[in-house]
Amino acid sequence: MATQVVMEALSPTMEEGRLVEWKKQEGEQVAAGDVLAEVETDKAVMELVARVSGVLLRQTVKAGQTVPVSTPVAVIGAPGEAVAAGNGVGADTAKRPAPQPAQDAAAKPAAQKPAATPAASTPPAPPLPSAAQPSPAASALSSAPGARVKASPLARRIAAERGLDLHGVQGSGPEGRVVLRDLERAAPTVAPTRPPARPTPAPGLPAPAAAESAKTAPPPAPVVPAGAPYADLPLTQLRKTIARRLVQSIGPIPTFYLTSEADMERVSEAREALLEGDRRASGSGAEVKVSFNDILIKAVATALRQHPACNAWWQEDHIRYWAEIHVGMAVAIEDGLITPVIRHADQKTLREIAVEARDLAARARARRLAPDEYTGATFSVSNLGMLDIEEFTAVINPPEAAILAVGRISRKAVEHEGQMALRRRMRLTMSCDHRVIDGATGARFLQTLKGMLENPLALVW
Amino acid sequence: MPVLTYRDALNAALREEMRRDPDVFLMGEEVGVYQGAYKVSRGLLEEFGPMRVVDTPITELGFAGVGVGAAMAGLRPVIEFMTWNFALLAIDQLVNSAAKMRYMSGGQVGVPAVFRGPGGAALQLGAQHSQAFESYYAHIPGLKVVMPATPADAKGLLKTAIRDDNPVVFIEGEMLYNTKGEVPEGEYTIPLGQAEVKKSGRDVTIVCHSKTVSVALKAAEQLAGEGIEADVVDLRTIRPLDHTTVLESVGRTHRCVVAEEGWPFAGVGAQVVDVIQREAFDELDAPVVRVTGADVPMPYNKQLEKAAKVDPGKVVEAVGRVLYR
Repeated sequence: MATQVVMEALSPTMEEGRLVEWKKQEGEQVAAGDVLAEVETDKAVMELVARVSGVLLRQTVKAGQTVPVSTPVAVIGAPGEAVAAGNGVGADTAKRPAPQPAQDAAAKPAAQKPAATPAASTPPAPPLPSAAQPSPAASALSSAPGARVKASPLARRIAAERGLDLHGVQGSGPEGRVVLRDLERAAPTVAPTRPPARPTPAPGLPAPAAAESAKTAPPPAPVVPAGAPYADLPLTQLRKTIARRLVQSIGPIPTFYLTSEADMERVSEAREALLEGDRRASGSGAEVKVSFNDILIKAVATALRQHPACNAWWQEDHIRYWAEIHVGMAVAIEDGLITPVIRHADQKTLREIAVEARDLAARARARRLAPDEYTGATFSVSNLGMLDIEEFTAVINPPEAAILAVGRISRKAVEHEGQMALRRRMRLTMSCDHRVIDGATGARFLQTLKGMLENPLALVW
Repeated sequence: MPVLTYRDALNAALREEMRRDPDVFLMGEEVGVYQGAYKVSRGLLEEFGPMRVVDTPITELGFAGVGVGAAMAGLRPVIEFMTWNFALLAIDQLVNSAAKMRYMSGGQVGVPAVFRGPGGAALQLGAQHSQAFESYYAHIPGLKVVMPATPADAKGLLKTAIRDDNPVVFIEGEMLYNTKGEVPEGEYTIPLGQAEVKKSGRDVTIVCHSKTVSVALKAAEQLAGEGIEADVVDLRTIRPLDHTTVLESVGRTHRCVVAEEGWPFAGVGAQVVDVIQREAFDELDAPVVRVTGADVPMPYNKQLEKAAKVDPGKVVEAVGRVLYR
């Protein structure tokens, strides 16, 4: 009896696959376990393996075609065995001409038929009478591998999550049932049987640093339609998988941390110049002195404009990418903290930000903020530099996807233009929600921010 | 915290509730002058008098019916059955009157009664006096079924049961009356429908209740010697059944054994397994295994009786099966 080969789900999130290349041609002998074809999934190019032995009677999907999982792609059977209509190509079958009389099919030299006729034009022949077609392969096939794998529900779930094929796992339970411990033993040997078109992630969690190379091209930035405040993007299969797996590891917000150090000499000089200018203009000093924090908010907002992927909210079933930039700034108050929001911070001048920040902070301490003044931030900044903190990690304020923790500015001996020099430096640590922001995405934002602080003219460029 | 026996913990609960609420009274065979067949009501007649500690004739159906009527009239009777084996005679009052009154009166009349007494087997009392009937009552919508395993649970749950506005079947253990444990003094109540993890472990869940809790804990001790850490979940209340605690435990361990004293067919464990297979299917690494009393009338012969009962060895053996050892 002929056996259908279907497009298998080669990754847990695969819904369709593109048949890249056939490795076995029609008429070729195949053994169970042979690679029939290469298939591109949502993640990688993988191998479609024969589950039974026999002859590849027919390829029903051409190289280059994309078909949903479970679609029949080929038929394997005994040499010369005719392919029944039902075993053929599913929906296509109906459009084909009516099957020719059995006589015709039987009259053809059986052995050459499968190889000689291209699949698309072969009219499906009815199965031959058993007298004309003794099929020694039939009994062998029924006992061949590819039968249902016995596995515990837990083992099935974990195998699906890790992308393991249970067919390759030796079960140690009753009647060969695959149980959890078998997966633990098998994981190192099973995973590499997949072609490593992309480094196979360890069964555990891909560490941001290991799984993502900062050198890869930046992904296309999310686009918010003109005029809209934000765009809601549906989650891709990959995004869903990342979200699910990471929350299992660190939950409920799978946070990772990126730390960078910015040289603050030029910002300090710029700030001193601004203060000096105000002093000259008014004679007694400005009513509002620009602080490093104001500059930082301005820089964060400007950098976010270039990195919309970091200006987003995690919304459980989708991600909201904001076109508007509202920066929250954590303010310590008597018995806690609150995060007033500088709205449209990217569109405000440094002076406007300074005035507004001063006002918000003062009213925050007096507990006089209106609710809409401390909600709706798209990104937050927490600064403990004034308390002599070198660096720290801040806790993300959901649904925001990131928060920046800012340390103190201190003079450090660093290499500067080939010389050892004492430079004012500042540590920045960004906490990122990995469901929204990947390692390289956050790192690129931080790189831009560092660049702006080191060259403050970029803020007005 | 004082250490009390299970019987004295029940006594404290009764005494405190009777002091707190004059509507609470105790009625049953030998509860007064004889101070209870198992001495649970010791000193109560003396303190509360014959109007509130009422000795009855050997008429289970009769005094259960009086109890239901008193509850319908607004009192809070605690009806003691000398054992639940004898309460079979009264089951019509529990099933057809107590359990249905609120429903059939359109919510006008409730039955805030507690029916209590020892259930299950003791030692060599024969087939008719060695039966665990919790699944009978748990089967009935309208009844709550509570089965404390420790002195502290006995006190906390009996106080809650007495205050409950619906009929509660409260099944104690004859073999538990003498067990000792720390019991909080004074006001101490435990909500119905809350299981408790009596011992934490990561490798296997053992669901148990009443007498099988100590069996499971002994099994867990033995397993710990083999490096297997068992999570012992005491249901405490059979109905309403605490799904959450059971499912959380199975979610951690992925393997489960359900132990109970009663017979296997349609037992409490069958209900627990039903919940697990449906709600935690993807967590299971092995079929859930039940350990029950043997599916026979309890033998009188000492060796046969021992063979028919659940013991730590049987639980250990079942754990071995779910761990594929």
